[in-house]
Amino acid sequence: MRAYVATRLAAAVFVVVGVSLVSFLLTFLSGDPAEIMLPPGATAEQIARFRAEWGFDDPLPVQYWRFLRRAVHGDFGVSLRHGQPSLPLIAARLPATFQLTVTAMVLAIVVAVPLGVLAATHRGGPIDLAAMGVALLGQSVPNFWLAIMMILVFAVSWRILPTSGRGGPLHVVMPALAIAINLMALLTRLVRSTMIEVLAEDYVRTGRAKGLREVMVTARHALPNALIPLVTVIGLQFGFILGGAVVIETIFTWPGVGLFTIQAILNRDYPVVQAAVFILATGVVIINLIVDLLYVWLDPRIRVR
Amino acid sequence: MIFRRSPLTSVGAAIVGLVVLAAMAAPLLGTTDPIEQDLSAALKPPFWLADGSIAHPLGTDHLGRDVYSRLVYGARISLTISVLAALLGAAVGVAAGLAAGYLGGRVDMVIMRIVDLNLAFPLILLALAVVALLGANLRNLVIVMTITTWMIYARVVRGMSLTLREQEFIQAVCALGARDSRIIVRHILPNVAAPILVIWTLEVARVILMESALSFLGLGVPPPTPTWGRMLAEGRDYLTVAGWISIFPGIAIMVTVLGINFLGDGLRDLLDPRLRQQT
Repeated sequence: MRAYVATRLAAAVFVVVGVSLVSFLLTFLSGDPAEIMLPPGATAEQIARFRAEWGFDDPLPVQYWRFLRRAVHGDFGVSLRHGQPSLPLIAARLPATFQLTVTAMVLAIVVAVPLGVLAATHRGGPIDLAAMGVALLGQSVPNFWLAIMMILVFAVSWRILPTSGRGGPLHVVMPALAIAINLMALLTRLVRSTMIEVLAEDYVRTGRAKGLREVMVTARHALPNALIPLVTVIGLQFGFILGGAVVIETIFTWPGVGLFTIQAILNRDYPVVQAAVFILATGVVIINLIVDLLYVWLDPRIRVR
Repeated sequence: MIFRRSPLTSVGAAIVGLVVLAAMAAPLLGTTDPIEQDLSAALKPPFWLADGSIAHPLGTDHLGRDVYSRLVYGARISLTISVLAALLGAAVGVAAGLAAGYLGGRVDMVIMRIVDLNLAFPLILLALAVVALLGANLRNLVIVMTITTWMIYARVVRGMSLTLREQEFIQAVCALGARDSRIIVRHILPNVAAPILVIWTLEVARVILMESALSFLGLGVPPPTPTWGRMLAEGRDYLTVAGWISIFPGIAIMVTVLGINFLGDGLRDLLDPRLRQQT
């Protein structure tokens, strides 16, 4: 068990270092970072001064070491657009993104688990077909298109939900649903297939043979075991959910990290982009680490192994 | 056989066939030049609505461009990028997965950590940042999409190679003195080909969605080339007066992805008998 935790921790640290390297190298992709950070009309003298000020004349390993040392202290440089340190700018927007992604995840789970269970217990029937049809549609619909269609129907035509921004609970409904739709579809299919597997296990048959009601067999014996793989998938999907949030925040002008990062990318505000990429990716690594450890706790067979 | 067993697979194959045909025969199927502007015909509705005309079957956008023709030409971009990226991703991912799974040890450790690293990034964010820096064009988009797809293949192929390595027929070939490269190419690769085909199909669908999202955010293939994502974005400002500008590209993306998913699921059921029993 200890060895497993140590291995996972070491792997997570390795990945975070890699994340820092990629975040650092982002600005070098197009060649000279000074040229992309300065306005298009910058003179050679201005570029040279900028390079010297920001240390872009130093060798790459030196620059990376400096980046890493500062990043550890939460210093990702000053936003070129806002003139303030990048990290606090992003930190101020994290709660909005957190609210959106957590709501989307809860929504996806709350819909997917009963739907997947119903599909599995009514395998081959109309409920199963309907659930799988909905799941396939959900996996195929572009979430940004769904978002626009929802605005058109619920905000513009029926006027029952706000079009954009962050305010009361109603504001979160459409963006969360748009982010949740793809995950919801994936989880429904996963719950269905694991439930079908679990329902064929010996212990389920024993439960039935003992005379337990089908509801008890499903809810008490089959479902908890079918939900274990769900934890892993939700952890793995966290990065995709954050990605979804980036697009959806832009459509609903949701004041989160996603919208802020897109604006930074379009404005070439690379200290902010570097900080955002580093923080979001590190967040994904931490969530995956927690999921890995949670999995061991949920499935004692791994502990024994 | 597969089509007789699963009607959904047949529907998927038909949809994919139609989209491929539309993309290949765009100059024949398109009614007008997709980038030709005609401000006098701007915001014309589809032909079944009042004031609509069969000359513009799905209506026109704010610049008077024919929505139907732009959809047909847009299929080219979506398919080109997704098919190429999924192919390149497969090539890189399969090679990495085979090396990690068969060679094991440090090679495995390094490759799998790179996979973990790649999976840690919200891929669309990474893609946006890279495209913004490198410039949005077809080549860069294919490269970026490849970066977001290779690790899926690597993980699956590694897992399968680990199992295959221990199989008796591989050990027999080893005992006969075959070189590693020969064992990998002649004996392991054919055994992982079926899942690769399934993943490739599903990855094409995922890349179509991602490319559309990038295009929607203004970082796809630059104008005037029509792309489904940009058509959708351009229609946003006219949702209440000309919803068709956004509605049809969305339907095109969804139906195409749905068709590919149907096909992918059908292939998986055909190639994996265990899954076929479950589903």
